Amino acid sequence: MPLLLMLAASPSLQAARIGDVSDTHWLEQAVRFFSFQDPSLRYALIGSILLGVTCGLLGSFIVVRKLALMGDALSHAVLPGVAIGFLWSMSKNPVAIFIGATVAGLLGALMVNLLTQTTRLKEDTALGMVLAGFFALGVCLVSMIQRLPTGTKTGIDKFLFGQAAAIGAGDVWLMSGVAVLSLLAITLFYKQFLVTSFDPGFGRVIGMPVQVFHLVLMLLLAFAVVIALQAVGVVLVSAMLITPPAAAYMLTDRLHRMLVLAALFGLLSGAIGAFLSFLGNSLPTGPCMVLAASLVFGAAFLGAPRHGVITRWWRQRSRVRRIGRENTLKSIYHVLEDRDFVGEGVSLKELAERRRETIEEARRQARELHRHDFATLQDEDHSIWLTPRGWQRAAAIVRNHRLWELYLTHSASIAADHVHEDAEKIEHVLGEDVVRQLERHLDFATRDPHGKRIPSSVDIHQAGRPAPSREDPRPTGYGGGS
Amino acid sequence: MTTTKEPRQPVGTTPPEGTVPLEIHDLTVAYHRKPVLWGIDLQVPPGQLVGIVGPNGAGKSTLIKAIMGLLPASSGWVKIFGKPYRKNLDRVGYMPQRESVDWDFPVSVMDVVLMGRYGHLGLFRRPGRSDREIARACLEKVKMLPFANRQIANLSGGQQQRVFLARALAQESDLYLMDEPFAGVDAATESAIITLLHELRQRGKTLLVVHHDLPTARNYFDMLLLLNMRVVAFGPTQKVFTYELLQKTYGGRLTILSEVAQAVGEKHE
Repeated sequence: MPLLLMLAASPSLQAARIGDVSDTHWLEQAVRFFSFQDPSLRYALIGSILLGVTCGLLGSFIVVRKLALMGDALSHAVLPGVAIGFLWSMSKNPVAIFIGATVAGLLGALMVNLLTQTTRLKEDTALGMVLAGFFALGVCLVSMIQRLPTGTKTGIDKFLFGQAAAIGAGDVWLMSGVAVLSLLAITLFYKQFLVTSFDPGFGRVIGMPVQVFHLVLMLLLAFAVVIALQAVGVVLVSAMLITPPAAAYMLTDRLHRMLVLAALFGLLSGAIGAFLSFLGNSLPTGPCMVLAASLVFGAAFLGAPRHGVITRWWRQRSRVRRIGRENTLKSIYHVLEDRDFVGEGVSLKELAERRRETIEEARRQARELHRHDFATLQDEDHSIWLTPRGWQRAAAIVRNHRLWELYLTHSASIAADHVHEDAEKIEHVLGEDVVRQLERHLDFATRDPHGKRIPSSVDIHQAGRPAPSREDPRPTGYGGGS
Repeated sequence: MTTTKEPRQPVGTTPPEGTVPLEIHDLTVAYHRKPVLWGIDLQVPPGQLVGIVGPNGAGKSTLIKAIMGLLPASSGWVKIFGKPYRKNLDRVGYMPQRESVDWDFPVSVMDVVLMGRYGHLGLFRRPGRSDREIARACLEKVKMLPFANRQIANLSGGQQQRVFLARALAQESDLYLMDEPFAGVDAATESAIITLLHELRQRGKTLLVVHHDLPTARNYFDMLLLLNMRVVAFGPTQKVFTYELLQKTYGGRLTILSEVAQAVGEKHE
């Protein structure tokens, strides 16, 4: 922060138009832009960063409180205030504009409050009306100003879509002030903002001045909107309040982490947007920043570790494949069981018949098992031999299936012919501790409802095969026809 | 809350000032000018587990909220341990209905329970180690400690209810006001909650609980408040849980009182 202030205080040259450069390579442009060397670009970059951070921080609160529309209304409502501030000082005096915009913003918020308290109108209607009404007034005023014969009217039209190059030293001071104020408020009163956002009723009960903190937040928001106006413009400023926090929301489940991420994303969007505008020969900065913010959101949306669309798709795909492998292993076990575990190899033909599919299908699955070290293909690819690991997994799945069937028929009193489908799904997801519980609950039974043997942990973990079922003279435990 | 008239001396024994956990006098609450509670008089003795029962729309939730100043009263006053509510905030614990918050909010179970400690912290202080210890102990009491780091959306209804209960416990109050703590919870949670409430009562706390289920109300509570826009009856459960009084409370939705209330509301539209 001291560094930024130092840079801002250094004598500024007449701010060159961003984009007033010769057609040099964009990499060189990047270096020039981001290295703070060029004083004319310094303010643009610093200002963009400051507003990005401030909007990200404060916007987080309106996103979690579902007040996004409020941010939009506020940003549009300030336009007449900007115009009046300009008219008052007859110049682009940042203080006059700041005061005018803040007053307009607060008036708008008060009007929304009034409408919702005294009539049947709901908040969204009130917000929409106030937003449009104030904005219309602002547009009329701005058009009038543009027709004035004075030469100082330049710059007012930039308030619609923003032009970071127009940021001067005074603006940067103001932005730093608001940024510092916001940071201070959030740090000092974090728990108050948290409670008033999450459960204001409870806040009131424990004696928190909920209304006061709500107003403070709205005031800070108004300030953020005003300082962002120059760079982003009235039309799009709300997007800077909403999009970086939305991206942060995709990546974390905790408010304090969301604040940090939102500030970071705001910073990035601000800097990149200003840079893009610089590259693009004076493209308005507002749309560039919002595009950058939207791209950041897009990346978070797709790639977020827990909620991202792509990660979820990938996890689903992995799961489907795992289940496929386990089903193949199970079929191999069944084939072996049918011949009392005589001989270790299972021919592809037998597997294909068992699963009622083509030999090509069977071979493909066998290769998949081979890839995961569950089985090997022998005899020029005509038969499958389970590895010890494959055997363990196959026996475990069969055990899960049969244990679950037994549990359903014995403890849940479900008919024996209803349980197979259920067990087909559950067998893949039973964890070891649940299996232990089931085994204990069922007294380590050895037979499932259809009389088939349930593999014990001895069967699973020894490399050899279980004794063929014919050697058990009579069924023990709960078997057949319960 | 208006303090218009001096309190009449309540009939019967008058405990010394400051020991009556909750005293309500002539409380009337209106919603959009339509009266919802009429002239409520109530004196809750200390160390009691009180259930509030009545039909839908009887104003049970409204009563709880009005006691705590969450809803404005058009007449009457409320005293908590002898003082107006605002002076005795730290002595009241509140458990709201589950629907009152957005469960997608990015906070963990522990964060929510810690909020119960905020009343003890003042303007600038952050929760410290002792606050965390208390929060953990409360989570343990409601059997939610394993979930401390989970975000609150990933909880079942009963678990969410228990988190709110833990938060109220963390407030370490002497008077607890609970709004339908048993709504929509499974049997295990219900039994856990009532055990906890009895334990609190053993320790001398006073509890006022809005309840929706009549059969269990008879078993759970020491005293019952039969409410239908006005106090139908208040007293020990055996005395109050009678056919006549219940009939009076629940029977016939459109009693004269509610008809008049309707008319008053319409007149002001």
